[in-house]
Amino acid sequence: MSTTTTPATAPAPITASPARAADRTPRPAPEPIPFTRLLGVELTKMFDTRSGRWLTTSVAVTALIATAAVIAFAPDTALTFDTFGTAVGVPMAVLLPVLALLSVTSEYTQRSGLTTFTLVPHRHRVVRAKLVASVLVGIVGIAVALGTGAVGNLVGSSVAGVDTVWDVSAAQLGGLVLAYVLLMLVGFMLGVLIRNSPGAIVAYFVYNFVLSTLTMALAAYQPWFADLQPWVDFNAAQAPFFDGTFDATAWAHLAVTGSLWLVLPLAVGLWLVGRSEVK
Amino acid sequence: MIDVTALTRTYAGHRAVDDVTFTALPGRVTGFLGPNGAGKSTTMRVLVGLTPATSGSATVLGRRYADLPNPGREVGVLLDASAQHAGRTGLETLRIAARTMGLPARRADEMVERVSLTGPEARRRVKNYSLGMRQRLGIATALLGDPEVLILDEPANGLDPAGIRWMRDLLRGFADDGGTVLLSSHLLHEIEVVADDLVVIGQGRIVAQGSKAELLTAAGTLVRSPGVAALAQALEAEGVHVAPVGPDGLRVEADPDLVGRIALASATPLTELRAADGAGLEEMFLELTADTARESAPEGVAA
Repeated sequence: MSTTTTPATAPAPITASPARAADRTPRPAPEPIPFTRLLGVELTKMFDTRSGRWLTTSVAVTALIATAAVIAFAPDTALTFDTFGTAVGVPMAVLLPVLALLSVTSEYTQRSGLTTFTLVPHRHRVVRAKLVASVLVGIVGIAVALGTGAVGNLVGSSVAGVDTVWDVSAAQLGGLVLAYVLLMLVGFMLGVLIRNSPGAIVAYFVYNFVLSTLTMALAAYQPWFADLQPWVDFNAAQAPFFDGTFDATAWAHLAVTGSLWLVLPLAVGLWLVGRSEVK
Repeated sequence: MIDVTALTRTYAGHRAVDDVTFTALPGRVTGFLGPNGAGKSTTMRVLVGLTPATSGSATVLGRRYADLPNPGREVGVLLDASAQHAGRTGLETLRIAARTMGLPARRADEMVERVSLTGPEARRRVKNYSLGMRQRLGIATALLGDPEVLILDEPANGLDPAGIRWMRDLLRGFADDGGTVLLSSHLLHEIEVVADDLVVIGQGRIVAQGSKAELLTAAGTLVRSPGVAALAQALEAEGVHVAPVGPDGLRVEADPDLVGRIALASATPLTELRAADGAGLEEMFLELTADTARESAPEGVAA
């Protein structure tokens, strides 16, 4: 006769009592989330945080300082579009990939991924949106760098009283766009691979500055490596695309080094994003 | 409507969630109760697709969560109020979520008001939020899409007493409007006041579940009588287990109706007869989780 607590093996069924529950008319299933919306959201998220704001501000400030410095200090013969474009573009090339990197890592380090990946349970859709957003930012970035460079060139040459020199070819422009996209992809790749903001930022600077210094030093002292270097060093392989001197060999170098340093780790990173738990 | 069937999640051989089956029904608040590390959060994470199940299934509104086309419009989720980008303002956090769901930005402002965050608070970065404010922001995110189901992991953490009261009323209202609420907590009192149904979990396994009324009955009856010895004898003669409470009281593992009948049959006068709720449920909770609680785990466990 005695009643004891409900045993674990045979849980008592929960009975529905309130009639109110049935009152709610079934709602039509909502429309799926279009990719363009995710892209817009991810673009906004790159810039609407404190770190995003500061990075963008730093890029703008360094661009202004660099342009002013060229006008103030460069010899008149150097007041060309190329000089101005490079002055603005180099700091931007260092800072913009950090935006791409943070767009991925912040979901983990700031743990906002708990909300992001709950609102969009298909992680790869979110990550693809971040990838496209990063590439777009890279393309807009180079456009802004060149635009600023063009204005600097016009102002600089008129201040100095010299002819305005437009010494950037269409092929060089194409190479620059490609180089910027690759830089953004590197930032993105380190983001998905490491998924931790401080770790990925350190890796980014090692990847861009320490590695290339090491390979250059190694190539300088070890003749056997000097021949090998163009097929191993991804940074060196990108250089011809920045200065517009790329040929068939440069493309081959880029393809080989890019597979090793970008495509392979990117594939691993994307696989890890799909598997790792968002805590 | 939430359906969890034979759900198991294993981490390197450790069964964090072990064959868990329960249903959370519309129009009711289902309390998911258990000590820390019992598997509540893991169950909820599997439910919303953040963690894959090792075996078993979990559905929300009849579908796997990942199959919902726009989950935010059907299911409001709050797993951890601290998991928000510290460098974004509260309002911006809501706007981002609203945009993802395809809602106008105005909806974010409405939710700020709904959860009683002030305008200046909403424009502050989440970094400067107290845990209570983060909970309100998390609730606002969950309610944003006008969902039919709410899944909330420890939402009362960090709220002040007025905030806890507010949360309780909010969940009650949501369920009364036909919504389904699954609410976890390790604090019995928090759940007891608002839940209609309870699911109690310990070390990954369900140890008890049922409506609160059923579980309260299961927690026994409190009876007082001047002839307490005779009553105890009569009850035990009927095979009912009793335990003395004070000089003239008994806690009886039977419902008050049965105790009353036995008292009448044995002609014992009673001074008090009631369900031993409140304290009884707490005792039940401690008892149910005793074998599974950390405190008792190290001793007497045969390897």
